[in-house]
Amino acid sequence: MSWIAIKMLVGDRAKFLGIVIGLTFAAALITQQGSIFCGLMLRTCALISDVTGADLWVMDPGVRFVDDVKPMLESQLDRVRGVPGVKWAVPLYKGNGRAKLTFDPADLKAKTYPPDRLEADRREAAKSSSPSNAFTKVLDLFAPASGDFSTPPPRWYDPAEVNVVESVNLIGVDDASMVGAPASGSMVGPGPRGRMWVGDLEDLRRPDSIIVDRVGLRKFFPGCHLEDPFDGPSESDEAYVERLRAFVRSAPEIEMNDHRAVIVGVCEATRTFQSSPVVYTLYSRAKRFMPMERKMLTFILAQAGEDPGGAKLAPTEVAARIRQRTGLGAWSSQNFMFRTIKYYLIYTGIPINFGITVFLGFLVGTAIAGQTFYNFTIENIKQFGSLKAMGASNGRIVGMILLQAAVAGALGYGLGVGLSSLFGTRTLDRWGNPTELAYFTPWQLLPVTAAAIVFICVLASLVSVQRVVRLEPAVVFRS
Amino acid sequence: MAVEPGPAVAVHIRGLSKRFGSGDQMVKALDGVDLDFEAGKLSLIVGPSGCGKTTLLSVVAGILDADEGEVSIFGEVITKMGDRAKTRFRARRIGFVFQQYNLLPALTAAENASIPLVIAGWKKADAVAKAAEVLASIGMGKKVASLPSQLSGGQMQRVAIARALVHEPSLLVCDEPTAALDHESGQTVMGLLREAAVRPDRAVVVVTHDNRIFHFGDRIAHMDDGRVARVEDKSPDLSAA
Repeated sequence: MSWIAIKMLVGDRAKFLGIVIGLTFAAALITQQGSIFCGLMLRTCALISDVTGADLWVMDPGVRFVDDVKPMLESQLDRVRGVPGVKWAVPLYKGNGRAKLTFDPADLKAKTYPPDRLEADRREAAKSSSPSNAFTKVLDLFAPASGDFSTPPPRWYDPAEVNVVESVNLIGVDDASMVGAPASGSMVGPGPRGRMWVGDLEDLRRPDSIIVDRVGLRKFFPGCHLEDPFDGPSESDEAYVERLRAFVRSAPEIEMNDHRAVIVGVCEATRTFQSSPVVYTLYSRAKRFMPMERKMLTFILAQAGEDPGGAKLAPTEVAARIRQRTGLGAWSSQNFMFRTIKYYLIYTGIPINFGITVFLGFLVGTAIAGQTFYNFTIENIKQFGSLKAMGASNGRIVGMILLQAAVAGALGYGLGVGLSSLFGTRTLDRWGNPTELAYFTPWQLLPVTAAAIVFICVLASLVSVQRVVRLEPAVVFRS
Repeated sequence: MAVEPGPAVAVHIRGLSKRFGSGDQMVKALDGVDLDFEAGKLSLIVGPSGCGKTTLLSVVAGILDADEGEVSIFGEVITKMGDRAKTRFRARRIGFVFQQYNLLPALTAAENASIPLVIAGWKKADAVAKAAEVLASIGMGKKVASLPSQLSGGQMQRVAIARALVHEPSLLVCDEPTAALDHESGQTVMGLLREAAVRPDRAVVVVTHDNRIFHFGDRIAHMDDGRVARVEDKSPDLSAA
């Protein structure tokens, strides 16, 4: 009977398409909105995910999330090192610095652009416009006086010089081990975040040196197109990296809180929730950049050691020991990520806003698919009645309807998740990193979407099934 | 009281009553019907609209429960059967021809005709092959792959007849099989029913109010107001042959 059920389903193409489109819409919306939500949540803990090598984060017990900076006395570092099970512990500074840049875009372009591109850029210079998108254009209609984000206007005597003041995420890593700094790795092609593009970590030992993240270059050097390769004609990854090398070779200087700083490298960092540029330097230098306070230690990064038998201790177990013995907050990296996400879930309206969208997608999908499927069954009620009259049991008829729902559901789910994934891949940059749109589809989202689609199908079929089960086969003799 | 029909009696009906609604709205569709349909004959149930002929056919076919009375088909009392037993009995022993054909629009003629075999558990390929044979036997051999939308009314009814005969039932029940057809097609369909369906071990019962096909009936039961008003016998008993 299953082949009859499937032929009945696909035979009425308009209705079949209606059912599948409804389910596709629901699946796509749930997956897409869920992925954006997960992507955003991951950005909230960008620093934690970028730090490799350390199992444990130790902090003031009042810290609720990674940006909730509550400095500690540096003596806490020694206390943590003294806790049994801690293999090593190093300091990490995290704070908001203020970067000031004064540069001549034409000069910077001359140092970094290939000659042909430089010439083309000179021709296009007059046409350059301020950064905007479709949303800001609509906003400009209602609030034209809100200004734009074009290259900051010259403030000094020289109109050719650009003056930028930018709030940055300043990370100070341990002077000796550099734990917490971007790992060295391949500079071209997709790779894990937290990698160096240009320069070497050892360069941080040079005086006043800093490393900045690639996307942050957009804010530091607006209009100089250092943040990504040129689109048309497309610039190869190698050529782009060479351009970054030329940029670093030019030893660009900035001011970090009125202290001289020299960019010696460019790394890839996960975009933060606020999309602030990320600046890495040594712990001691970060303290020098920032206004002096009695407490400067933001986090302690540690690694769990081994038990007497040589087996690695569980980070959660060592974290519990640190909490117990020092009174500090201590979490494994994974738990600190979830703790940060939990903070955003509780204290921001993000989950509610996304939840409403997902719920609306679910409702609309249910309404379209459920109603179409129900109509499909009702229009075939006489056919089902005929089958019942001819000796098909209720069980077989119900099986046919459930099979029809399952086929439509599987198709809708596959198409919806596929479309959503396609959308997701289109939002990634050429190295596979999220760009403007935060997008991350964890595998757990797929069964959640599947469960929602199954629920829609079951709901739609149950309403249809009860009509068919109650159907008197004698209906077939009513003309 | 036990019913013991004679060997030539295919359908034996005694004291059959069926009411719809209750109180002032109650309608007596069947009111103590006593009637026999013999094997090897084509029997007609005729009468004006609302006289209860379709209700009678529904109860005889086991798709509607009677309030009172008894119906046996070739000795098996279907009014005492449970739903499951009745469903199995219908699948095995009864063939249906409907006024509006009730073909599944997405299936070809052969696939439509194979449905009773599929319900009986046959594999698709075997069932469709057998259905194609039956279609060929009633002159529809060239239309086995056609969809219902590609067939005329008469052709669709012939597919429906093939569907009703494919599992070789003991009883064929037909509800107004010519109502949606023109005169010529109606005559063809009835002629086909006579030729292909009537066999010594099978009874054919047709409900109709189309007096142009009355001459096909061996036995005509005239109904009025839920009762059998009179019965005409027009031909000798073929089951004895």
